[in-house]
Amino acid sequence: MVEKTFTITDPAGMHARPASALVGSLSKFQSDITMEFKDKKVNLKSILGVMSLGVPSGSTVQISADGADEAEAMETIERVLNEQGISNQ
Amino acid sequence: MNRISGIAASNGIAIAKAFRLENPELTVDKKNVTDTQAEIERFGQAVNESIAELEVIKKRTAEEISDKEAAIFGAHLLVLEDPELIGPITDKIKTDSVNAEFALNETSTMFVDMFEAMDNEYMKERAADVRDVTKRVLAHLLGVKIQNPSMITDEVVVIAEDLTPSDTVQLNPKFIKGFITDIGGRTSHSAILARTLEIPAVVGAKSAMSTIDNGTIVIIDGLEGDVLLDPDEATLAEYKEKQSAFASQKAEWAKLKNEATVTKDGVEVELGANIGTPKDLTGVLENGGEAIGLYRTEFLYMGRDNFPTEDEQFDAYSAVLKGMEGKPTVVRTLDIGGDKELSYLTLPKELNPFLGLRAIRLCLEMPDMFRTQLRALLRASVHGNLKIMFPMIATLDEFRQAKALLLEEKAKLEAEGIEVSDSIEVGIMVEIPSTAVMADTFAKEVDFFSIGTNDLIQYTMAADRMNESVSYLYQPYNPAILRLVKNVIDASHKEGKWTGMCGEMAGDEIAIPILLGLGLDEFSMSASSILKARSQLSRLSKADMEGHVDHILGLATSQEVEDYVKNL
Repeated sequence: MVEKTFTITDPAGMHARPASALVGSLSKFQSDITMEFKDKKVNLKSILGVMSLGVPSGSTVQISADGADEAEAMETIERVLNEQGISNQ
Repeated sequence: MNRISGIAASNGIAIAKAFRLENPELTVDKKNVTDTQAEIERFGQAVNESIAELEVIKKRTAEEISDKEAAIFGAHLLVLEDPELIGPITDKIKTDSVNAEFALNETSTMFVDMFEAMDNEYMKERAADVRDVTKRVLAHLLGVKIQNPSMITDEVVVIAEDLTPSDTVQLNPKFIKGFITDIGGRTSHSAILARTLEIPAVVGAKSAMSTIDNGTIVIIDGLEGDVLLDPDEATLAEYKEKQSAFASQKAEWAKLKNEATVTKDGVEVELGANIGTPKDLTGVLENGGEAIGLYRTEFLYMGRDNFPTEDEQFDAYSAVLKGMEGKPTVVRTLDIGGDKELSYLTLPKELNPFLGLRAIRLCLEMPDMFRTQLRALLRASVHGNLKIMFPMIATLDEFRQAKALLLEEKAKLEAEGIEVSDSIEVGIMVEIPSTAVMADTFAKEVDFFSIGTNDLIQYTMAADRMNESVSYLYQPYNPAILRLVKNVIDASHKEGKWTGMCGEMAGDEIAIPILLGLGLDEFSMSASSILKARSQLSRLSKADMEGHVDHILGLATSQEVEDYVKNL
């Protein structure tokens, strides 16, 4: 299992556009991928799950991937978060 | 042949097949199913059909409108592929032996409730996305067809109860030859949009949805406000004639495109355009606009899921200022509330939204949001001839507060080393009677006035302009309105300032001679009305009209004024 902590820097928090980009990029991975915020853990492949966390700007989230392609999945997550400008870690 | 009368909202004649834009009711009953596997397959089928449909809508919206507008459909697609939504639904069908409609409805209601319970306004709005997607899948399960305006690929006339701003985002002017809506007036969103797109429209037709079938041949006469159904050969010929006469008159006006606006006795006035987005610039330039008299910035805030950033606003304002190449550009700061809502900003429900927390009142209540807009405007000011205008000013205090915020942001930017123009005029919309009455006092502090007649009439006559039952009170020629207009113009001239008008009245054939006589300096209207107005003004003498003004202001009723001007 790989795990990483990210700080959400977009002033609007984790809103629909970046959340869509992130979730959309993960469906191809076998691994179980989760995001945890304030003791609540959701499936990161679920847009409704991610949105339900309502992550505001400035907060930190814990993302973990567990499975055969976990390393590759985590790379994708970092890349998308950076591209979308919502987190620079 | 049938005839329906409505309100002429946008000039021109359209002849095409009717396309009804309907909003079907979807009811869900709970049923027991025995073959749950087949039910799950039926559900999967409906989801796949919905995905295919959304893919097409998304692609088309991206091609015809923009990637930004298309993004919402991308989010809908993800919801349809969401394991946390699909999983529980198939589980429910299997374990409870219920029909797919019921399982879908139960599960999505859970998500809707969850989003609605969140204390973040933006997240609450996600409930609408879930509802929207659910509705699409339900429609497929029930075999009901949902219409998407973006799917129209035939030349048609759209018939609808009403068109919301989000509907119109999907309308493609290449295929939509005209609109007929049952509700609305000359100043409703759909009417304004029709004039911007330069397609004929009749609004407030009341019975269009109940009488017009899909595919019926319809004639829209946007000049008279008439709708003719199933016309016979003679009528069809008559209207084709009228259509080409209108086209040739337009061509005649087009010759005035690069001319100045000069009256018969050699007085120059300025003809500006009202715009909503940088995209409207093309229309302004094609119609020979000498200025932008009203840039409605609220469209920048609409049809999206959060506030536009300072940079996004800066880009839009700069694009307009650059496009106008130094010609006067009056930008109105955010005017929301009333009939204009933002999905991501939930305001308390008001009994009288038009008399409530809107426009400058809201901006002063939410100074951070307002400051962002002011900074974007100030930064853009170096790209053209910017004039900033505050809407819905009722008291001098409001103007002073708004201007103080503007000056604070200007000082901050300058301290940051960012260049800001030093010649920005700061003015107000005059649309509240208190301000029109006190114009002499305001004129000492503001740089200009712009009279917003739609609201000024509504507030002076105490008549809701969205309420058709009192539409007879929408009287631009009522001497009460004309006297207020005169008061404002005179007050500005006494202080060496200028007055423009950016309501519908400024482009009105009857009003133009009166406004010329009253000394109005700038007329701002739908871009498509500019050349017609220029042609009319070239045949009028200002000195003559000044001679008629006293008599007109002394008349008793709106009708008397109209009759008098028509007989000049």
